[in-house]
Amino acid sequence: MKSMRSVAFGMACVAGALTTTSVFAATTLESVKEKGHLQCGVTSGLPGFSQPDEKGAWTGIDVDTCRAVAAAIFGDAKAVEFTPLTAKERFTALQSGEIDMLSRNTTWTLTRDVSLGLNFAGVNYYDGQGFLVNKDIGVDDATQLDGATVCIQAGTTTELNLSDYFRTKGMEFKPIVFDTSEQTVQGFAAGRCDVLTSDRSQLAALRSKLTDPSSAKILPNTISKEPLGPVVRQGDDQWFNIVKWVLSVQINAEELGITMANADEMLKSDNPSVQRLLGTDGDMGAKLGLPDDFGHAIVKQVGNYAEMYDRNVGPDTALGLERGINALWTDGGILYAPPVR
Amino acid sequence: MKKQTVNSRPAGPKPWYDPRVRALFFQVISLAVVFWVGWVLIDNTLSNMQSRGISTGFGFLGESAGFGIIMHLVPFDATMSYGRTFWVGLTNTLLVSAMGVVAATILGFVIGVARLSSNWLVAKISLVYIEVIRNIPLLLQIFFWYFAVLSNLPSPRQSVEVGGALFLNNRGLYLPGPVTQEGFGLVWVAILVAIVAVVGVRMWAKKRQMATGQIFPTFKVSVAILILLPLMVFFSAGQPLEWDVPALKGFNFGGGITLIPELVALWIALSLYTASFIAEIVRSGILSVSQGQTEASKALGLPNGLTLRLVVIPQAMRVIIPPLTSQYLNLVKNSSLATAIGYPDLVAVFMGTTLNQTGQAVEVVAITMAVYLTISLLISLFMNLYNRAVAIKER
Repeated sequence: MKSMRSVAFGMACVAGALTTTSVFAATTLESVKEKGHLQCGVTSGLPGFSQPDEKGAWTGIDVDTCRAVAAAIFGDAKAVEFTPLTAKERFTALQSGEIDMLSRNTTWTLTRDVSLGLNFAGVNYYDGQGFLVNKDIGVDDATQLDGATVCIQAGTTTELNLSDYFRTKGMEFKPIVFDTSEQTVQGFAAGRCDVLTSDRSQLAALRSKLTDPSSAKILPNTISKEPLGPVVRQGDDQWFNIVKWVLSVQINAEELGITMANADEMLKSDNPSVQRLLGTDGDMGAKLGLPDDFGHAIVKQVGNYAEMYDRNVGPDTALGLERGINALWTDGGILYAPPVR
Repeated sequence: MKKQTVNSRPAGPKPWYDPRVRALFFQVISLAVVFWVGWVLIDNTLSNMQSRGISTGFGFLGESAGFGIIMHLVPFDATMSYGRTFWVGLTNTLLVSAMGVVAATILGFVIGVARLSSNWLVAKISLVYIEVIRNIPLLLQIFFWYFAVLSNLPSPRQSVEVGGALFLNNRGLYLPGPVTQEGFGLVWVAILVAIVAVVGVRMWAKKRQMATGQIFPTFKVSVAILILLPLMVFFSAGQPLEWDVPALKGFNFGGGITLIPELVALWIALSLYTASFIAEIVRSGILSVSQGQTEASKALGLPNGLTLRLVVIPQAMRVIIPPLTSQYLNLVKNSSLATAIGYPDLVAVFMGTTLNQTGQAVEVVAITMAVYLTISLLISLFMNLYNRAVAIKER
């Protein structure tokens, strides 16, 4: 009888262990506060977006998006730990709760938004797909690429765009799909393919990795829309709102002329929009479950959108990308953040 | 029987002290726990996925895929379904695995035998081959064969050309493809007849050897029949075959048969790597046959080749087969490293692109695991059947 009782006890233990895993923990904000840092999924190395610098500190526009969220929650932009993820791993890592948010150069599409149990919290870079070709093949336009061999990185929307583009143009192509962006460049450099395709923001960076960058050029064609932005799990609206509004605060800060340098000075501003954004007036932070000065912390520590852009991908960086459509709506771009009020 | 033994005991123990009842009880409990845990895991996964708004089910297999695949043995284009991408990936995996198994077996046997050769140079070359190849990680070897060799090949416009029909460049090896014309059916018939004739000759030769002891040159005659008969029919039917010769069109060659470098690199790497293990297995198998067998065979006057073929190898096979099976299984599973160099195998196509576009990780991973399990179990099954056929027959 004793042994039977111990078996029953063992079963009860197993049952307990299994059922606790299915119970949902606290909200994402609470669990982030409890562990004291934000866990953020980024790329394993993509210049301008997320890449460790020579000291091992992560830099990039996607990294800064994470830092801004950390600044909003903790008042400390350094309270972030980064999880490098491949394109294949990223959604599973977010779904399973391994990371709190994903800021990994990820295109917002209907399927991803709807069927993966995820929500896109905005756009931090508007991109589009382009082509990098070897100058030797004498092509000036993507419509001359019939019969070309194309190197692509696995697990991205580029694979579908490429196929759609060639099909609608009635052209043929041969895709070579590599696992990582390093292998893709290697394949292109080894002459395995005539064309390398990726988001335009990437092509410049990938081209700079070639032994002889002048041997390749970027074609003028943009064949797709690639709105890239941070992603959160579905079902936690508070967290979704936080990530969404952190990005909006950065864009609004640029519009209002608040910068890292003048953030403290602006606290004295009598412009009501500035006051609401920096938390000297109103309770915007409390509504989100954040400190009232969260806006000030973001701009002071990470900067407004323009500063984030210029520092990582702007004309003075290795990527050298002009603002283009990523400029404010007032400057001829399409960045238009809803007002903080 | 059971009842009798229980009844025959004068005062049987109470059921919970009866060891057999206890054993049965605990086995049933264990089994129930295993099933229950499995069910809870599946149920938990499904309900969690549902509560988080993640789509489940296999409906995605019918949706159109929308991406291209460079190499497909079954017809495929981007408008076909995700289910079709599964078959494309599976056939590509099976192709490279089958090619690898054949090449690794032949190479492994040759090197394993050479390793035991009395020729010092041959034995040492085999030794060096085995020690170098099996001690370098396979992934590095695949990269070597892919990137090191690829970057040394010329571009399509400067292809290495053999007789205007065979082209080698960094896009692959282009061969003329045979296109059968009307009347080629006769050649197929001739080949079939030749095979039947060869089997007949072999049976007759064996019978004659058993009866009279005379040896018939079966091998030479078989080869002659297999080559000459179809050739004669081919020419008398007016050569009903044309060649689709590859030609440079735009950036790349078109027409004919293309062996893409990814396939070749993966095939070479898998074959060389596995062959080094097979060689050692073959060596251990041959060494397990006692020296006395060789001596006895020599005493009968059999030359070296025949001693090896008729006396040593058949006995060595009993030791070789079980570990050889493991090597075949390893080769098939290692073929999934294809994804690193862009060969479109099951893992690269189905568990890569398809998984990513649909986001249905649980289903796709489950299907892929089931496929590898099935392939491996089938290989084991056939190797076990073969093993039973060559095992010592107790008489």
